[in-house]
Amino acid sequence: MTAVAEPLVLRADRPFWRRNLATTIVLYVVLALGSLVFVYPFLWMIATSLRSLAGVGSSGASVVPHEFLWNNYVRAVTSFPFWRYALNSVLTTLIPIVGTVFSCSLAGFAFARLRVRFSGVLFAVVLATMLLPGEVTMVPQFMLFNNFGMVDTLYPLILPAFFGSPFYIFLFRQFFARMPDELADAAVVDGCGWFKMFLLVYLPLARPAVVAVSILLFMGYWNNFLGPAIYINSDQWKTLPLALAGFQSVNGTDTPLLMATSVLITVPCLLIFFAAQKQITNGITFTGGK
Amino acid sequence: MNPTIGWIRNLASSWGVPSALVPLVPFLLLLIVLYAVIGLAAYGARRKWPRADRTIAFWLFVSPWLIGFGLFTVGPMASSVYVSLTSWDLITPPRFVGLANYTEAFQDPKVVQALKVTLLYAVISVPLQTVLAFLVALLLNTDLPGMRLFRTIWYLPSLVSGVAQMVLFLWVFNPQYGLMNDVLGRFGIDGPGWFDDAAWALPTVILMSLWTVGGAMVIYLAGLKDVPSNLYEAAALDGAGAVRQFWHVTLPQMSPIILFNALTGIIGSLQIFTQGFIAKGGPKDSLLFFVYYLYDNAFQNFRMGYASALAWILFVVILALTAVTLRGSAFAVYYETELSRKRRRR
Repeated sequence: MTAVAEPLVLRADRPFWRRNLATTIVLYVVLALGSLVFVYPFLWMIATSLRSLAGVGSSGASVVPHEFLWNNYVRAVTSFPFWRYALNSVLTTLIPIVGTVFSCSLAGFAFARLRVRFSGVLFAVVLATMLLPGEVTMVPQFMLFNNFGMVDTLYPLILPAFFGSPFYIFLFRQFFARMPDELADAAVVDGCGWFKMFLLVYLPLARPAVVAVSILLFMGYWNNFLGPAIYINSDQWKTLPLALAGFQSVNGTDTPLLMATSVLITVPCLLIFFAAQKQITNGITFTGGK
Repeated sequence: MNPTIGWIRNLASSWGVPSALVPLVPFLLLLIVLYAVIGLAAYGARRKWPRADRTIAFWLFVSPWLIGFGLFTVGPMASSVYVSLTSWDLITPPRFVGLANYTEAFQDPKVVQALKVTLLYAVISVPLQTVLAFLVALLLNTDLPGMRLFRTIWYLPSLVSGVAQMVLFLWVFNPQYGLMNDVLGRFGIDGPGWFDDAAWALPTVILMSLWTVGGAMVIYLAGLKDVPSNLYEAAALDGAGAVRQFWHVTLPQMSPIILFNALTGIIGSLQIFTQGFIAKGGPKDSLLFFVYYLYDNAFQNFRMGYASALAWILFVVILALTAVTLRGSAFAVYYETELSRKRRRR
């Protein structure tokens, strides 16, 4: 061990990409070109959303708007019940986030901290269901909700969230497994029950995981399309993606309007991402060790 | 509305309960019964074994998932087997037809087409995405100034909703007015018809899928951050350069995460739906993805039995591909725990 420790001090050379200018330049060129490819359709979407219908036909690849028809956005919000759909989207996003975080953090905590007989087997079941495609249960689930009289309401999009989801249980378990045992001992000495310990000691410390999971869930629920496509028929319960899909087939040629609506759907995801991008990578850990 | 909850509806309206809450009632009743059973069992256990606290807490904590697992996974799977053996349109009662749905599926040219399209998509796009996402993550893991900006830009497309993405790309790839053919035209290339051309529709969707590698990239980035730095230091001491460090440290350490991404990628790609839905199956069924065909049968034509049979066929396909991937990767994936267990046995 000492033989290894000593030369480490000598290893003060910088990482390879800092060593010569040529590598750095090549890296930057690759990064810039890649960024252009990734961001260009995006800019094009915004530019197109500001054009007139005739402008779309003539402008091709240009991302310079030339014209600024902000009216397209006004039309996007007024030409169909935008706010109604937005409210449905918000409801089917925020409530499921609360439900998923609650149920998954509880289960994740149990799998990480309350190891009892069969808990290992049960965790293997959780991991196995991660591989199970949702389509196998799609039709019977529809019939289940049909029996509850919940088809064409928002309930099928909200309720399942309160019953956990394997991937997020797994993420929470990994996070809780990293925390020190001493916390639990201290809480037990203080006379905490398990639930109190979870709620007052461990969950606040798992805030990075909660934030990261919430952000991932936001993207997932906000952009969910298959669920609404199955359960929602009537106009009043449509979510934004479903409305946009219907809009695409009805108003197929009004490109600026379609693009404006697309931009409006994307904006909340962008805002949330910019507000919390650091937490996404900080809160996710895949190795359970300390 | 379902007749079975008619009496609840009448009762609720006589009490003045808002009608939007009525569907919740049978659901809540079911939950109350389930939790009563759990609670009674826990109470009994506590009386018999006073120190059963931990066990009771464990089962209570996992009960939301456990109930959901029974209600939304095990139960539906069991009933799905039965429904797949019936002919059912949701209105008239199901009629038992044996394996007729399966034999029909194997003779249905649309099923063959859907399987072909979906498997082609999975087999081509998953390796491409896995390799690209990993390379991008390696690139974006370097600590050059301004890297956060680049990471953000490369991740942005993953934030665009599937529907908005498809709407956007239908226009990006529009043969007359689209971005793509205009760019190609400037280089003197006559672009193809993309989505309008049956031969090009699937490659176009694959190309489109590469735009959203950001999601997988973020997971790789998180993994790269977790590779212990002392391994690199040790490798550098032994005289390993950047390339050998990559092959002997980064790749083995990352292999479980690569496998994880590949697996979720395969499963996800076999479940591709939105693109097929928006394109309405594409020209000549060139984008007739399996889940879209399944959806079409279940929720447009109301052939619940046939759709369930299709779901089980999809399940078998996914299971087979997963098993092949797992077996094929067994030699290439490095787990620390596995290695130490082998050593101990020796």
